[in-house]
Amino acid sequence: MSEETKKAPVREVYDEAEEERQKMAAIAEVIDTYKDQPGSLIKVLHAAQNIYGYLPLSLQKVIAEGMNMPLSMISGVVSFYAFFSTTPKADNTIKVCMGTACYVRGGQKIMDRLQEILGIKPGELTEDRKFSIEVTRCLGACGLAPVIMINDDVHQQVNPDKLEKLLAKY
Amino acid sequence: MANMVNITINGKAISVEEGKTIIQAAKENNIYIPSLCYLEGIHQYGGCRMCMVEVEGARTLMASCMVKVKEGMVIHTNSARARHARKVMCELILSNHPQDCLSCPRSGSCELQDLAKTLGITEARFKGEKSVDILDITPAITRDTSKCVLCRRCVSVCNMIQHVGVLNPQNRGFKTVIGPAMDLSMKDVDCSYCGQCVTVCPVNALQETDAIQPVWKAINDPNKRVVVQVAPAVRVGIGQEFGLPVGKATTGKLATALKELLFDDIFDTNFAADLTIMEEGTEFLTRAKAALTGGNAVLPMITSCSPGWIKFVEHTFPEELDHLSTCKSPHMMEGALIKSYYAEKLGIDPKDIFVVSVMPCTAKKFEITRPEMVNNGVPNVDAVLTVRELARMIREAGIDFANLPESDFDAPMGLSSGAADIFGVTGGVMEAALRTVYELVTGRELPFDKLHVAPIVGLEQIKVAELTFENVLPAYKFLEGFTAKVAVTSGLEGARKLMEQVAKGEGGYHFIEVMGCPGGCIAGGGQPRMTDKKVKELRMAGIYEEDEGKKLRKSHENKDIQALYSQYLLEPLGHKSHELLHTTYTKRGEFNEYLHTEQAE
Ligand code: SF4
Ligand code: SF4
Ligand code: SF4
Ligand code: FES
Ligand code: FES
Repeated sequence: MSEETKKAPVREVYDEAEEERQKMAAIAEVIDTYKDQPGSLIKVLHAAQNIYGYLPLSLQKVIAEGMNMPLSMISGVVSFYAFFSTTPKADNTIKVCMGTACYVRGGQKIMDRLQEILGIKPGELTEDRKFSIEVTRCLGACGLAPVIMINDDVHQQVNPDKLEKLLAKY
Repeated sequence: MANMVNITINGKAISVEEGKTIIQAAKENNIYIPSLCYLEGIHQYGGCRMCMVEVEGARTLMASCMVKVKEGMVIHTNSARARHARKVMCELILSNHPQDCLSCPRSGSCELQDLAKTLGITEARFKGEKSVDILDITPAITRDTSKCVLCRRCVSVCNMIQHVGVLNPQNRGFKTVIGPAMDLSMKDVDCSYCGQCVTVCPVNALQETDAIQPVWKAINDPNKRVVVQVAPAVRVGIGQEFGLPVGKATTGKLATALKELLFDDIFDTNFAADLTIMEEGTEFLTRAKAALTGGNAVLPMITSCSPGWIKFVEHTFPEELDHLSTCKSPHMMEGALIKSYYAEKLGIDPKDIFVVSVMPCTAKKFEITRPEMVNNGVPNVDAVLTVRELARMIREAGIDFANLPESDFDAPMGLSSGAADIFGVTGGVMEAALRTVYELVTGRELPFDKLHVAPIVGLEQIKVAELTFENVLPAYKFLEGFTAKVAVTSGLEGARKLMEQVAKGEGGYHFIEVMGCPGGCIAGGGQPRMTDKKVKELRMAGIYEEDEGKKLRKSHENKDIQALYSQYLLEPLGHKSHELLHTTYTKRGEFNEYLHTEQAE
């Protein structure tokens, strides 16, 4: 066996652990800066989410301990504000309109096809964290139904057969 | 003299102290204003708007629990507008409430039900969507969010009084629930099961986990010997449930009621409280001797009779558990002896005995499930009833408690000293221990008026006293001239403060008493709910009255305890004691990180 093939996978694992360590160190630094400032929890949570991507329970525990606050108080704040997330966020969020007009004009077909292509259900995200699917109510563009949104882009009169091409752009 | 303010309520001229709220001013003058979330001295949040009144000159109605009186204020608590607004607020709460009062354990003692009655609500006008419905059943406490009115009293108690912080609002708007982080169960977090949240919840959202059913079942089982024991503080709590004077001991009626409920033996946990003093006092002297003679001993020693405190310290100071006395709590000791000493006396298989403890406590419901509380393959205690639960059983059985004749507890585990009674109040265990330890060491009575160690009596959070041993008996030479520094606290905030000192090696204490509930068991999580602050004081007075009314004031003078030692245990801290009366503790950690992960999921 060559040296290379022996080392390669080990290195990958090492990198992931190292990345995690770096993120946690950065978060620890943030906590250290703010821990004695009253009212700074939101700032810390923001920074932590920026660094880590989301705020899982394990991270909330670290913050609770560091800020010397009860965990239930941390999770209370996290769950109060919509911009905090306790699950990983996808790079691209696809919102499929299921309002009446879109539904009548094939919204469900788009939904089915998206699930087929990405292999996930609404509320889930792909393994590579590239896409997630959400259902949304009327987006106010009924005239051009069916409508989907990918991040901030509105796509109108979407053809289910052309979805793959559309996704390739992201 | 405080500054006085002149106001008018409902046409009546009133003079009140500056700084009081409208609702306080009204109450002092016997004017009733409905309220729901407000709890005097504990919770002032202004969330439910049930206490709205009309103030002349103000555009909107005002929440009387939040607004302070001002000179010249003219208030109408009963105007059509105020009454209508309060009624609508109440109807809105009811529209998101299960309204199954007929099968609800709180029916009859529910603040929401009372309020609806007072406000004259006779029909459910609004039909609404029902919000989040989580049923969280732990060994001690059951949380049913469908009944929660979001008053947040429990949040105040758990965060601001106990400083544990298990309960907080999660999510927002219609989805708001009061609970632990991220939908975790109370059993998976650092809840102490002190039950202080339960005692303030106005509805059935927080309640003890039921033990009434298994107890009835055992009583009805002809093959079971059902033995009941009652904790010291129960006797000053239960009368209130039957309209008797608050805080007045009803020991004799209690014993009779238990007989009428058809328990086979009526024992007193006080007996085991006396026993605890023998064991714990000896343990303290052993530790002190080691420390003073150059040996190894962990001091301060800290009492272990409050299971809420024990669970708290296991979560919060897992590295300090060696400070805890190894004594089981009194009712666990009594249970262990009922199923050994007493079982042998009767010639019964311990498996056929069912031990019920009536306790002012919710944490004890959890305590009996601890794996170490088992001897010879049987649990020491089989069920724990709170005082409220026992009152429900007494009512269910149609017993007219208030008019019962008095009777005594049964031998051989029914006799107790006054020192045992005071286990029910903060400072009591320490005082009881000192009464015995001082006398054992010096041969003289504890040098305090009426045997009360004045500096540690009362409801303050942390109390400290010093006691010097002089002219000691020869066996205790090592203590000659030694000044013991003792501290007493109740409530978990005080416990945390003392433990922070202990962890740092500060304070210089030798012996500490901790009770998990502020005030001690008189204010335990299993007591009848307290309507106002005076209740604690009245129950405390009731306890001291019991103590002073007894001839027997010191644990070591209890004849039945002496018999237990001579016939069975042989000596304090002896082999049998170790096996039956002492225990070990579990490191848990704030997030239960020390526990094995299999439970965590
Ligand atoms: S909590 Fe009160 S109002 Fe609600 S169902 Fe129970 S008794 Fe009725
Ligand atoms: S039982 Fe005590 S520690 Fe647990 S949630 Fe209630 S008040 Fe907090
Ligand atoms: S659980 Fe009880 S005390 Fe806590 S917010 Fe709900 S109703 Fe109020
Ligand atoms: S229904 Fe889809 S945009 Fe209105
Ligand atoms: S009692 Fe005043 S707002 Fe709730």
